[in-house]
Amino acid sequence: MERLVASFFNLDILQQAWPILLEGFWMTVKLTLVVVPLGVAGGLAVALASTVRSRLVRWTVVVYVDFFRAFPPLVLLMFIAFGLPFLKIDLGAFGAVALAFLLNTSSYYGEIFRAGIESVPRGQYEAARSTGLSALQTMGWVVVPQATRNVIPDLISNTLEVVKLTSLASVVALPELLFAARQAQSLTYNATPIIAAGIIYLVCLWPLVRLLSRFEHRQIALH
Amino acid sequence: MSHDQAAILEVRGLHKSFGSLEVLKGVDLVVRPRELVFVIGPSGSGKSTLLRCCNRLEEPNAGSIRIEGVDILAPRVDINAVRQRIGMVFQSFNLYPHLNALGNVTLALRKVAGKPREQAEAAAMQALARVGLAEKAKSYPNELSGGQQQRVAIARAIALEPVVMLFDEPTSALDPELVGSVLAVMRELRESGMTMVVVSHEMRFARSAADRVIFMDHGRILEEGPPAQLFNAPDHPRIREFIASIEH
Ligand SMILES: Nc1ncnc2c1ncn2[C@@H]1O[C@H](COP(=O)(O)OP(=O)(O)O)[C@@H](O)[C@H]1O
Ligand SMILES: [Mg+2]
Repeated sequence: MERLVASFFNLDILQQAWPILLEGFWMTVKLTLVVVPLGVAGGLAVALASTVRSRLVRWTVVVYVDFFRAFPPLVLLMFIAFGLPFLKIDLGAFGAVALAFLLNTSSYYGEIFRAGIESVPRGQYEAARSTGLSALQTMGWVVVPQATRNVIPDLISNTLEVVKLTSLASVVALPELLFAARQAQSLTYNATPIIAAGIIYLVCLWPLVRLLSRFEHRQIALH
Repeated sequence: MSHDQAAILEVRGLHKSFGSLEVLKGVDLVVRPRELVFVIGPSGSGKSTLLRCCNRLEEPNAGSIRIEGVDILAPRVDINAVRQRIGMVFQSFNLYPHLNALGNVTLALRKVAGKPREQAEAAAMQALARVGLAEKAKSYPNELSGGQQQRVAIARAIALEPVVMLFDEPTSALDPELVGSVLAVMRELRESGMTMVVVSHEMRFARSAADRVIFMDHGRILEEGPPAQLFNAPDHPRIREFIASIEH
């Protein structure tokens, strides 16, 4: 028991590792604040594109979504970060992460929004058009607000996954929280920083998880 | 082709098919200012499709539709501008559930008519007052009864100051005790001079309020005339049977 505490919950080690962890934490926050809004906006664009009349656009969306859902995000990120520079496209580490996440998460968010849009009754669209709103105005003011409300639980749970996935950024040497923790671990020969990182994730994500289960319960109550 | 200068709505030779199913087989309909035209007929006879072609929620396959003399099927017509002038009320209300009554009415006033917020809200409050629901402006659709929801839907349409109102079975989804409040609003609209086309089976209302009744059957107008004639002495036995069946 003592040895467990000494190597996993060691306060001295924690004190030493804290500055590195803190920097990693801020990097993770920064990544999240860039990657999640990008993914949500991209997803919305993907979902809207899948509602247009043009077959070509709709098929392009299907291929895009299928491809990026099946393609491993780690490989995608490595290709963008280390492969594209050969084509003189160097986005830098942060840019590479942003693009890889945009491509990967927009396909997931896109499918969620699409399900939401499909859940809005056709009559809503017709009522809006009958008052003279354009197709785009109808989407923006009538369909998307309702669609979003209908899929909030899925949006939250996907966002939880995306936040956890930001640890991939470490492969392009961005010192996010888990990377920092592993670095601290190898410097101190102690697992405490890893546990601390885990606890930071837990504390930060727990409110989202709570929120999610409140929505899920409310949905059950409604059915 | 010559057309009726005095007509608000003029439909000529309207055809509409869904795939191989021909739903409208050449419909002619002229509605003059301040007229209330009632459309009755068996389910599936094409009444809704006729109304929905009039604001191009459905695209006709052939024929012409004019609103105040303007061909709304012309290639360059701005359909969103046209739709502002054609109010439509649906059987299922179709209020926006995420907006309150005021928001439901102001949306098109702001985004389509381009009114600034204050003007839009003033116009919306006037429309809500007209349907007797000024005090429900802040209520959301799920806090309103079916009759109140349908009256808000009417306010949403009349706030845009349309030249004609299309009603597709506006009271069919309502509990019987709520029907009267919606019909009262429609009667007030008629008395104020609104031009209206109403698909409905409210015979008592038709008898007292309609100028003309049209009987549709299998995508055609089988007979039309003043309510007294069509209800009491129709030429077609088919119509007599139909009226007997709904008046039980
Ligand atoms: N969008 C559609 N696609 C295919 N068939 C349709 C569609 N809308 C209506 N119909 C068909 O057209 C016919 C007439 O429908 P409708 O105009 O709704 O009749 P009514 O309002 O008189 O009951 C019906 O047979 C109906 O099934
Ligand atoms: Mg119908």
